[in-house]
Amino acid sequence: MPVRRLPLTAGALCAGLAVAAPPALAEGALHFYNWSDYIAEDTIPNFEEKTGIDVTYDVFDSNEVLEAKLLAGSTGYDLVVPTGIFMERQVKAGIFQPLDKEKIPNLSNLNPQLMEYLATLDPGNEHAAIYMWGTTGMGMNVDMVTERLGADAPLDSLEILFKPEYLEKLSDCGVHILDAPTELLPIALNYLGLDPNSDDRADFQKVEDLLMPIRPYVTKFHSSEYINALANGDICFAIGWSGDVLQAADRAAEADNGVTVDYVIPSEGTLMWFDTLVIPADAPNPDAAHQMINHLLEPEVTASISNYVAYANANDAAKPYMDPDILNDPRIYPSDEVMARLFPDRASSQAVDRMRTRLWNKFKTGI
Amino acid sequence: MSAPSDSPRDAPPAAGPLARSEAEQAWSRAGWSDGDDRRLTRLQRLTARFGRGTVIGVPYLWLLLFFLLPFLIVLKISFAEFRLGLPPYTPLLEWIDGTYLQIRLALGNYQFLLEDPLYITAYLNSLKVAFFSTVFALLIGYPMAYAIARSKPSLRAVFLLLVILPFWTSFLIRVYAWIGILKNNGLINNGLMALGLIDEPLPLLNTEFSLYVGIVYSYLPFMVLPLYATLEKMDTSLIEAAADLGCRPFKAFLTVTLPLSLPGIVAGSMLVFIPAVGEFVIPDLLGGAGTLMIGKVLWSEFFNNRDWPVASAVAIAMLIFLVIPIVVFQHYQQKQAERAEES
Repeated sequence: MPVRRLPLTAGALCAGLAVAAPPALAEGALHFYNWSDYIAEDTIPNFEEKTGIDVTYDVFDSNEVLEAKLLAGSTGYDLVVPTGIFMERQVKAGIFQPLDKEKIPNLSNLNPQLMEYLATLDPGNEHAAIYMWGTTGMGMNVDMVTERLGADAPLDSLEILFKPEYLEKLSDCGVHILDAPTELLPIALNYLGLDPNSDDRADFQKVEDLLMPIRPYVTKFHSSEYINALANGDICFAIGWSGDVLQAADRAAEADNGVTVDYVIPSEGTLMWFDTLVIPADAPNPDAAHQMINHLLEPEVTASISNYVAYANANDAAKPYMDPDILNDPRIYPSDEVMARLFPDRASSQAVDRMRTRLWNKFKTGI
Repeated sequence: MSAPSDSPRDAPPAAGPLARSEAEQAWSRAGWSDGDDRRLTRLQRLTARFGRGTVIGVPYLWLLLFFLLPFLIVLKISFAEFRLGLPPYTPLLEWIDGTYLQIRLALGNYQFLLEDPLYITAYLNSLKVAFFSTVFALLIGYPMAYAIARSKPSLRAVFLLLVILPFWTSFLIRVYAWIGILKNNGLINNGLMALGLIDEPLPLLNTEFSLYVGIVYSYLPFMVLPLYATLEKMDTSLIEAAADLGCRPFKAFLTVTLPLSLPGIVAGSMLVFIPAVGEFVIPDLLGGAGTLMIGKVLWSEFFNNRDWPVASAVAIAMLIFLVIPIVVFQHYQQKQAERAEES
């Protein structure tokens, strides 16, 4: 669906230019800023019908863009969806308001264990509710990759990415990597057997030594283009988010274009992340935002979103309404054994972030 | 930037007094008494003065509001320091105990740009990309502008419209269209494969090549229009004179047409070069993994590092990098024009 991709990138670009004008406000209006391709088709219309609130729905494709807007203030948004580590820092910056839990009875549907984990990022679960969660892994065009690497290649291992002899063979059919240092660097640290949240300069040097040899074989660093590119067969390998790759697989299957896309959780373990629903401190209509959060946590609603976007949710009550194909897909809900190898992300200090970004720029440009 | 400057010789000689005396004559012809006449000219003078003030003032106000003010804000942030909060930088001015006004200027941001080779390399690379894009745009745009200027007057409007027509579509969609044309499964590769000229798709997208295609394509109209404007105004009898005196067409082009179209070349090149240096969208969408341009570095400073002060310093440095050479060039050009005037 190339047409569908356009507006969201346009949105990202406008944000990039930092000229976001605050949306105009109407009576009973809600401004919801969510990730691209991250909601079911009927979620918003159903909410509008139920509450009479007029919803403006905008999308972004990177946490960085969302954060820049939030830090500039007066975004005009009532509800935004940052990922855990970004949310942790933003809570510290004091830009979210605490949730009025009485207005969100459906909060009790959320898995207590996952909420307990979230409390390490948002103490006392004061500000955030889990929207969806997922993993960062490998998306591949099965035929193209096996054709180039042979059937014996370790297709479930990050070796395909980190060993130049493998990645070199994939470079002619196209390799995309998420343009986000917060995603790949913890995975690389973990692959090397180091602490994924390390802030040790020596550890980052080891990551640099790992990344630089594979640099020439990466076609592009981008955080949303790979969905279409995988689905159309324009690229054969991507480091991407679970649900996005699975959406690419769905689109390829729908288009019946002879492309088979698969998502692989690396056997070495990978990053597990949470996207959270939070209300900016200066939200014009926090009441509507609370209603929306409650709506999104309705078991049927959560289930319909997960069924559509192929991301796991934390809503225990939603399970009976979920498509068994999604619920029983180990790529979406990993087995306990795989879960044990996943690691959560953590926010780091400004100095460490700068180090990460510098390393990332070096990986991208060689300088 | 440097629109072709009309030489004073072409300008109507001393317009003011003459126009006024003409007006006076007109009034007296119409039978007004002397007293009325004087009052009216005073009124006229008044409106003339205020009219001129408004005409000049509005664009100045515009620049003040939408260029100088944002520039000063960016300049201010470039001297601040990062902090986690809203806004994510420290204030420059602070009252201490309500008595001392403390000014804190963090110069470290600029020093930082010099310490890390990333920034210098990105600046130089941006200049390189902008320079070659300008050269390519000139090589493609000059023949186009020349052909339009020499075509039948009835056709010129149509050709000009064709140059401007792409602007009716969103810039973003036009850049996206190039992805569809250049990608591995795109128009060019599929076409070449269907013809049997290649077996494997050529890597066209996400390369230096696609970057230049995108920039030259997007900025070509800005090159063609000023070139057309100068070429169209040119007196063709000069070429005829050259031909009459036995000059070959190519030499006549080199010695007559080309120097006379220089103002158009300069204007067009500036219009392409300056925005191309800071271009972000095209390298992001069409450029490759290793495309290093200052626009992208600025993006990662701002978004990945959340370091608004350093990002602002990068922006200010870019402005200094660009504006100073341009001002010097402009000054030099003006001097030259004056000298040509005197001789």
